[in-house]
Amino acid sequence: MPASVIAELLQQHERELLDEWVTAQRLAGIRTDLVDEETVRSNSQELLKLLTVAAAEGLDDLHSAHWTPVKGMLDRLSRSQSRQGFTSSETATFVFSLKEPLFARIQAQCANPVEVLWDASKLLDKLGLYCVESYMGSREAIIREQQESMLELSTPVVELWKGILAIPLIGSLDSNRTQIVMEALLEKIVQTESDLAIIDITGVPTVDTMVAQHLLKTVTAAKLMGAKCIISGIRPQIAATIVHLGVELGDVVTKASLADAFQMALKELNVRLVSATAR
Amino acid sequence: MAKKEILPLKQETDIVLIRQRVRQSAEVAKLGLVSQTKIVTAASEIARNALIYGGGGECVIEDTARNGRSAVHLVITDQGKGIEDINKAMVDGYTSGNGLGLGLSGAKRLVDEFAIESAPGKGTRVELWKWR
Repeated sequence: MPASVIAELLQQHERELLDEWVTAQRLAGIRTDLVDEETVRSNSQELLKLLTVAAAEGLDDLHSAHWTPVKGMLDRLSRSQSRQGFTSSETATFVFSLKEPLFARIQAQCANPVEVLWDASKLLDKLGLYCVESYMGSREAIIREQQESMLELSTPVVELWKGILAIPLIGSLDSNRTQIVMEALLEKIVQTESDLAIIDITGVPTVDTMVAQHLLKTVTAAKLMGAKCIISGIRPQIAATIVHLGVELGDVVTKASLADAFQMALKELNVRLVSATAR
Repeated sequence: MAKKEILPLKQETDIVLIRQRVRQSAEVAKLGLVSQTKIVTAASEIARNALIYGGGGECVIEDTARNGRSAVHLVITDQGKGIEDINKAMVDGYTSGNGLGLGLSGAKRLVDEFAIESAPGKGTRVELWKWR
């Protein structure tokens, strides 16, 4: 039985295997900037112990319960390495570098090495791939987190004055984000009972027809709710581009800068700002 | 000089990447700020068309020269269902989807040279030039 043979080998030669494995990892290149050899060694030792226990129960099905501790440990390791900035191959190398010392043992000790080798190789391949999978899983989780935080970041609706809202848009406006921006603005209009909303596009690098369409829809929706929108921050190159695209902004009020738009909004509300010191 | 880059166009985030690359390319060609914005916007329109109506494709960006002037050359292709009547598609305000219907005609006005090839079932190929 290859399973028991491998388990036995792991148990009997634990010390030698550990030494050789750590050496193999050192040769493959340990990221000394991120991890010291002490940690590598203790990780390797822990995995070897867990492997010995699990291998004795059978190699075929990694989904069965006795492999859970091994998978749990690899999961933890891969996740933390992914956060620390290891590459996926560096993470997988941890498992794969066990091949050489283990195979050498099998070759030396077994009567029918080919069969055992094949099983050991399949096992380590599966574990290596498992490492890569959880590494990727954790990377994807990070990307998702960042995407979500960006969606939130991109939609600060601020109240400039009683009745005047401003929403400074930054970055490229894809449909997902614009949807959120639009909803946030409309909600805030109700919440603050504002009559005027300034949409500032200074930070939007490209205004194509889709962005223009989204802006127009937002303005129309705000109008339906009784609020007036001013679009500000239209830079010269954007203005030239909009004209050539042929987009009609209709009766949407536009201003070159946020300051102009604010001044206009104050005028609409019949508010006049005066200097505190007499001139 | 003639640097050529092929970018995939399979999802909306690819359009963002294409816009960034086109902007870099326009900077290399020393286009003015208005011209840069124009070619980037045109690329954005055509790439979005290729993605929404053509089901995705690819974009080739080339830093090159035209008649001794440095230029940006773009070829955006898709293997979608193609355009039945190109003349109609080029009319302002015509759309088979729910956009403003200004993408194709607008993009043509934004660049120095515009060429479109398409046939039903054959996909669409759009070529854009902007030079200094």
